[in-house]
Amino acid sequence: MSSPSKTLPAWIDVGLIPLINITFAFIVSGLVIFIIGEDPIEAVKLLVYGAFGNDYNLGYTLYYTTNFIFTGLAVAVAFHASLFNIGGEGQAYIGGLGVGLLCLALDQYVPLWVILPLAIIVSGLFGAAWAYIPAYLQAYRGSHIVITTIMFNFIAYSLINYILTNVLIEPGSGSPESRDLLETAHIPTFQDAFGWFGIKIEYTPLNLSILLALISSVFVWLFLWHTRWGYAVRMLGFNNNAANYSGINTRRVIVGTMCLSGALASFVGINEIMGVHHRLIMDFPAGYGYTGIAVALMGRNHPIGIVIASLLFGALYQGGTELSFEISTIQKEMVLTIQGFVILFCGALAYMARPTIERFFFALTPKNQTVAAE
Amino acid sequence: MDDTLLLLISALDSTLRVSTPLVLCAMAGIFSERSGIIDISLEGKLLAGAFAAAAAAAVSGSAFVGLGAAIMTSVVMALLHGFACITHRGNQVVSGLAINILASGLTVTLGVAWFHKGGQTPTLSGDARFSPITLPGAETLADIPLLGQIYTELLSGHNLLVYVAFIAVPITWWILYKTRFGLRLRAVGENPQAVDTAGISVTLLRYRAVICAGILCGIAGAYLSTGQNAAFGKEMSAGQGYIALAAMIFGKWKPLPGLLACLLFGFLDAMAVRLQGVSLPGIGEIPVQFMQALPYILTVVLLAGFIGKAVAPKAIGNPYVKER
Amino acid sequence: MSIKSITTGQSDAVGEQSAPPPAIELKAISKSFGLVKANHNVDLKVLPGTIHGIIGENGAGKSTLMSILYGFYEADSGDIFIHGHKKTIHSSRDAISFGIGMVHQHFMLVETFTVLENVMLGAEGGTLLNESSKTAREELIKLSKEYSLSVDPDALTGDLPVGLQQRVEILKALYRGAEILILDEPTGVLTPQETDQLFKILDILRSRGVSIILITHKLQEIMAITDRVSVMRAGTMVSERETVATSKNELAELMVGRKVLLEVDKTDANPAEILLEATDLTHEEGGVVLLDSVSLNLRAGEIVGIAGVSGNGQTQLLAALSGICPLQKGSIQIGDVKITPKAHYSPKEFRDIGVGHVPEDRHRMGMVNAFAARETAIMGFHEDPAFNGKILMDQKAIEENCTRLMHDYDVRPEDPSLKSANFSGGNQQKLVLAREMDRNPKVLLVGQPTRGVDIGAIEFIHKNLIKMRDAGSAILIVSVELEEIMSLSDRILVMFEGRIVGEVSGKDANAQQLGLLMGNAGNQKADLPPDEKNKDISNRKNDHSEEVAV
Repeated sequence: MSSPSKTLPAWIDVGLIPLINITFAFIVSGLVIFIIGEDPIEAVKLLVYGAFGNDYNLGYTLYYTTNFIFTGLAVAVAFHASLFNIGGEGQAYIGGLGVGLLCLALDQYVPLWVILPLAIIVSGLFGAAWAYIPAYLQAYRGSHIVITTIMFNFIAYSLINYILTNVLIEPGSGSPESRDLLETAHIPTFQDAFGWFGIKIEYTPLNLSILLALISSVFVWLFLWHTRWGYAVRMLGFNNNAANYSGINTRRVIVGTMCLSGALASFVGINEIMGVHHRLIMDFPAGYGYTGIAVALMGRNHPIGIVIASLLFGALYQGGTELSFEISTIQKEMVLTIQGFVILFCGALAYMARPTIERFFFALTPKNQTVAAE
Repeated sequence: MDDTLLLLISALDSTLRVSTPLVLCAMAGIFSERSGIIDISLEGKLLAGAFAAAAAAAVSGSAFVGLGAAIMTSVVMALLHGFACITHRGNQVVSGLAINILASGLTVTLGVAWFHKGGQTPTLSGDARFSPITLPGAETLADIPLLGQIYTELLSGHNLLVYVAFIAVPITWWILYKTRFGLRLRAVGENPQAVDTAGISVTLLRYRAVICAGILCGIAGAYLSTGQNAAFGKEMSAGQGYIALAAMIFGKWKPLPGLLACLLFGFLDAMAVRLQGVSLPGIGEIPVQFMQALPYILTVVLLAGFIGKAVAPKAIGNPYVKER
Repeated sequence: MSIKSITTGQSDAVGEQSAPPPAIELKAISKSFGLVKANHNVDLKVLPGTIHGIIGENGAGKSTLMSILYGFYEADSGDIFIHGHKKTIHSSRDAISFGIGMVHQHFMLVETFTVLENVMLGAEGGTLLNESSKTAREELIKLSKEYSLSVDPDALTGDLPVGLQQRVEILKALYRGAEILILDEPTGVLTPQETDQLFKILDILRSRGVSIILITHKLQEIMAITDRVSVMRAGTMVSERETVATSKNELAELMVGRKVLLEVDKTDANPAEILLEATDLTHEEGGVVLLDSVSLNLRAGEIVGIAGVSGNGQTQLLAALSGICPLQKGSIQIGDVKITPKAHYSPKEFRDIGVGHVPEDRHRMGMVNAFAARETAIMGFHEDPAFNGKILMDQKAIEENCTRLMHDYDVRPEDPSLKSANFSGGNQQKLVLAREMDRNPKVLLVGQPTRGVDIGAIEFIHKNLIKMRDAGSAILIVSVELEEIMSLSDRILVMFEGRIVGEVSGKDANAQQLGLLMGNAGNQKADLPPDEKNKDISNRKNDHSEEVAV
């Protein structure tokens, strides 16, 4: 039986309802700020300035944005096949490991333009490999991918920890880090890049990886909506039976999609290792993998939405940090709180507002076009 | 010889301490998941409970007030989970994740606002903490070799919540298998339609199940900040909710095997610290990181069906829709 | 419809109403789902201590009516009387408290529970199980003895054969004190022996004063066990009879109705060479035999219809013939290709060798609701070079393909970008048909060609199917609409419980005879062991005009 929800126009479905959900999230977050005795309006002002106020702030915002685009895309690609990849964190870790190992091996011998493409490939392969195992277990042995990807995040953490403390650690050093990478493995920052044109800007971690992020977004868009493989992925996600009927090998699509997802998440490693830290360290994914879920939910799993949501979360992260300098009672964990509310309202409670809106909508419109389906 | 025994007893002793929050959270997970609600929000409820306990204990000076606050907070989060998953049929994983992230954010945000200590709560002492209980006769029995030592060193001297955790296991078992509520709860996780056609409300039943989960996670939280430690610290749950989730799966969603899994994982953790830098004959040095990852690896292997088969409750993850 | 004859029939039956009030009386029950009227002004009277059969085709509204009685749905209007008292039933709990018990088609049992636990669930009689399970056990054993329903209280329910599981369901109802027992298609999953057992049990229950409502589509069962029978068709109650005063033939006719045949303009078929030959297809799932040694062939230039009440193996047959479900046993020969359990062909490979497939349920399989029409229009062909560049898909070609199909098959609105869900049922179906027919497949499988489709589209679809036949394709149609089968098919096969139980030439077929076959009452041969029966059918294959039904 066709439910009446089908006939809600697209602008309500894709526009209004998500907007209402996000508004809910921000209102509740504002309430929290109010409860801890601060002025939400003032906080928003500071936050916006902290995120976009000058080239320094903007640079940081865009640096965070880069990571969110990668993990957001990763989650979204898997979502399109109706797979829930919570393993972005671990895949980023292992991708970074691949990047680090490659750079450590080659940075003394070859220039950046050789290392960079190799690094992208190796990072992708490592990330894909880390996603492959949970995907295989899901497709062929029926293990729940949510649980296995969570487990793999922790395993990845332990693995990197081991490698850094026992293998890659510099002799005599106390902290689990690799040696510094040589210049040949540094991705130019925006400061460098602007310098080539004689423009001076402040140093921020923002580097040319953001181009890779944007290219990835275009790639994901093309892949999902303009290739036969993306077509298969989306069909599987929408309707498993239809995919079977169409002769799609669903198991292979599950594994392939997760590998692509893992590869996308792994590019966080490129940004962090080659663009910012210039050595392999612990904790560089810093929760970006989890934030990617919020980004994907908010961006409605579409690359354009994801870029916008990433920018918003980048602004929240950077603005939140600045905010915590200005108002001592507000910590950068406030951003986590907002993120939590975004996931709650845009994800788990996504359909809360819907029945009310439907009722409103159908009360306002005469019942003529709704009979279309049956 | 005596040294090895003491070493073993001390390892087992710390196994008990480490396992306590795992046991409580695993039992919480059993309540929720056996009713058909995926609960990856054990972590968030644990963390929120820890914060609430420490905050309330700091203000009131009473550990029991802290415990009450922890339970209340954790139950509120559980109800939020229920509101999203049961009432609004939202995605249970997404909801759980939201709760975990919310807990990470809110505990620090509120902690800083209330206590101005960078997210920490004030250090607790005296009645604001659950202090070790010496079991009757522990001192006199201490000299008896083996049994006395075990009694005094291993079983005695824990705080109240440790004992609560281990009592929670038989109680969970008893509720699940010996009460009407347990029977219905197990049924609703397997076949909610059967429950509905038997004239029982699926919604109400599942809400009661997540509330039970909330209570247990709250106790676990109170243990972390007012028993094991003397204050709340940022992210102090440190993934223990997830380990408990793994242990629950490893225990195949059953209380007693779940307890054993928690003890195993706790023991691995206790040994990881003790074996650091120690070379075992024939094996060499076991990396501490391997020991830390072992619970997760074991769980994945189990899930993959290589050792036995972990069969989840049949209706888990699916919101119940009556009309079709 | 023959409403007149019905009302007269009813008044005959109602004549002797004097003694106790009916156990159940439904008055003018109506229930709609959206625009579909599942029940319309339905009346029903069940006398105490009798077995009352309700018979009807799929979608006649039997299950909806019983769901209302059991409190699973609430009726939009109408009254329910139980033992003469008016009652409102909001939930199953209410129904149970009024002494109604129901054995659902799909058992409502917790497979990981013991029999005792299942029986107790919801009627534990105390917060603690120890006490209550002791009394429950005694009560269960007592009930088992009283009604000869022996079953081990401690057996794990999931391990029991379906017959015993059903027994547990009956015990569950009795344990709750049911005096009125509803059984929804209880024999669908049972073996003949288990069915006999069940009927014995029902007999005993009746003798102890239990009133029983038996929902079925099998005429045989109605005749074998019921005291009275009501016939439903298209959401209405069309007739009530005393079982001894009626016959299979009459019931079949009432059930199917004397509907006007849709006129389809068609000439006689000229069947040519065999394009598809399926031999001995057998499929089993979870102990239930879905396909039982099915053999059939399809010739160029003919339409073969599969008649039968749904759930008798048609779905599995289509799945096997289209490659969606790998073969377990038997083989399919299509041209030079022989598909066997070992030489599996995927749905894509079936398409490549010229098999088109319009699935029975387009929403479940044939289309993707969220896809734009142009995307739905290339399902199964998305890897076709015509729609692909080296890497990217050729959006222009995809768009043009859809526009052309929409134009040729009159799909409206002619908008390739519109979401598939937003087309009307008829236009969705035309789009799916267009996709499958446009490739001129040698063999076309069509499940429920016109389900949920308006009259105009039905005509269009039928015309196109005939056109394709005349162009030399072999077409297999599965439909629960008997008149559709009759008006389209050159040859009709009837399926029952996974077997082909009869073959009739399209020209000679009449509804009554098909109805009997569909209820497995047409022909004793159907009860022969599979081997002989097949021989029987294959012998007849050469002579299309011969009727199987006696």
